[in-house]
Amino acid sequence: MSALTYGYAVWAPIIWIIALVVIGVMVLIWRSRGQKGYKKGTAQTDIFLSGAKVPPEEQRHVKAANIYWGFFESLKGLYNAMMKPHTGIVNDYIMWFVAVLAVTILILVLASL
Amino acid sequence: MDSLIYHSPALIVALPLVAAFAIPLISRAGYRARNTFSLVIFGFITFLVAALAVDVHSVGIRVYTFGATAAELALPGGYMVPVRIMFEVDGMSIFMGIIITIVTLAALIYSLHFLKGQTGQARFYSLMMLLYTGMMGLAFTGDMFNLFVFLEVASIAGAGLAAYRTNMADALEGGFKYIVISAVSALLVLFAIGILYSQYNVLSIAAIAHYMQTPTTLDMIALGLLGGAFVMKLAGVPLHMWAPDTYTVAPAGTTPMILAASYTSMYALYRVTFTLYGRHIDTAAIGWIVIVVGVLSMFIGVMMAVHQTDIKRMMAYHAISQGGYMLLGVGVGLAVLANPVALASYGRDAINGGVFHIINHVFYKALLFMTAEAIFFRIGTRDTNKMGGLARNMKWTAVFYIIGALAISGIPPFNGFASKLLIYETVLKFNPVLAVIAMFVSLVTLASFAKVFYSAFTGPEMPAYREVREVPKSMIIGMAILAACVIFFGIFPGLIVDNLVAPATEALINQTPYINAVMGAVP
Repeated sequence: MSALTYGYAVWAPIIWIIALVVIGVMVLIWRSRGQKGYKKGTAQTDIFLSGAKVPPEEQRHVKAANIYWGFFESLKGLYNAMMKPHTGIVNDYIMWFVAVLAVTILILVLASL
Repeated sequence: MDSLIYHSPALIVALPLVAAFAIPLISRAGYRARNTFSLVIFGFITFLVAALAVDVHSVGIRVYTFGATAAELALPGGYMVPVRIMFEVDGMSIFMGIIITIVTLAALIYSLHFLKGQTGQARFYSLMMLLYTGMMGLAFTGDMFNLFVFLEVASIAGAGLAAYRTNMADALEGGFKYIVISAVSALLVLFAIGILYSQYNVLSIAAIAHYMQTPTTLDMIALGLLGGAFVMKLAGVPLHMWAPDTYTVAPAGTTPMILAASYTSMYALYRVTFTLYGRHIDTAAIGWIVIVVGVLSMFIGVMMAVHQTDIKRMMAYHAISQGGYMLLGVGVGLAVLANPVALASYGRDAINGGVFHIINHVFYKALLFMTAEAIFFRIGTRDTNKMGGLARNMKWTAVFYIIGALAISGIPPFNGFASKLLIYETVLKFNPVLAVIAMFVSLVTLASFAKVFYSAFTGPEMPAYREVREVPKSMIIGMAILAACVIFFGIFPGLIVDNLVAPATEALINQTPYINAVMGAVP
């Protein structure tokens, strides 16, 4: 009932969940055997920023626009090309529609000949 | 009880239609009366859909002819063609019916508190019922003209809901764009129906499929018009640009319903390509067109999504991307429909994957849209640059977001994984490059949702959001219904595929029972 059987294999989520629980328990056991000397609220838990002054909490959050900056920078060309048709003008949407319709009909008619 | 089930195809469409017009009157008795009426009537409709689903599963296709002496009599005495308005409910129709009903139920419960204090609530619930009527009618109709009628009903109601928050300028713009693209699409659907009617003198889908032996050039032009119009409505790339503008501005509960409306257009596309044309033409060319649209939708959708900083806009682009998976799976099945060996080897499973992904996606995307609106409800912005640390005060919303994000990224054991697995493995057999693209898209999807999770929910507590509280209970219940579906479908994919998806796939692949249910006695 749970397993999904298809042409090549079987996907059994319940077995996967059991395996996940076993791995989780093993990780917790491993963790419990770790360093016990950790003290909360001491210099051990302070942020170290190469000696520079650490900004206040609310200024430390990385904004969404800065996340994956390198990814977007390296794919600037692709993004410029992708952004271009997204004009936000409904006339352009209809123009695309007409163009796609023409190509589709042409392909279908030619394929049926 | 038997009589209720017998008339259920008509009641499921008629009741919300009547309710839509009754709600403004009942609203005069107060919001409690209106909310209670909406919930009771929709609870009853949900029961009818469940009963009809059981009936279709055990008995088979249900034909409901309006005005006939017996509802199952498709052909009037002495006639060789069906002339009456007719509903025909098979595995694929009821599959869509279940999706639409669950999403609407969750949306209705979610909206109860979300709308509190806003004006025009009676109109909101009326439009919601009308949108449901349009979607269900489109899924159940057995003739092309009513397909157009219900497409229009759904479009008008959807546009009204998208533009509901008239105090926001972009809401009016989103609603306007939706009605423009819907009107143009519907016009071309009507033109295509005219072409088919001029050739076969019938409007019944089964009858046209019966009489269409060797498709003419005009038939192919009609197919192109129908295909283009439905791809526009389901927001397939490059006809997707309206979707982020509309999905972003629609109020919380209704964004999932407009999304479901897009997938009823996908259903219409499948109904036309498989049932209407599938028996008579080599579907390889159509299959490849669907695959190309699917791959473009997956790739461009996800690449645009990861770049967004508006949380709902990001999710809207992901909706386009996930639609690509559905098109890819079903497109592969369509491309090999005429090849029995390939169809048995991987084509059927590919369609299973594509169809299964519709129901999975509607549930987790509806959940994600609701979490985004929950944030907007509390902090008044959709800009992720202005968010941070929200998980501290909105724990339930954060949990539901994580469930939705993991499901959309195809992480086991959530439901998105099961359908994506079917798509990956079958597409790999068809064309390995397409499978690699599909997996890459999943990776970027995960990165995109991780970005929003990090920027919105984690990090230090923002001074501006120190007083933010969790959303009200009815909104949590709405999200919980969908989260439960996501988890249940993920843990029991075999149950869902065997009982819901496989009958839908069979209905697409084997058109003969659908056609014979109406035209069985006609040579």
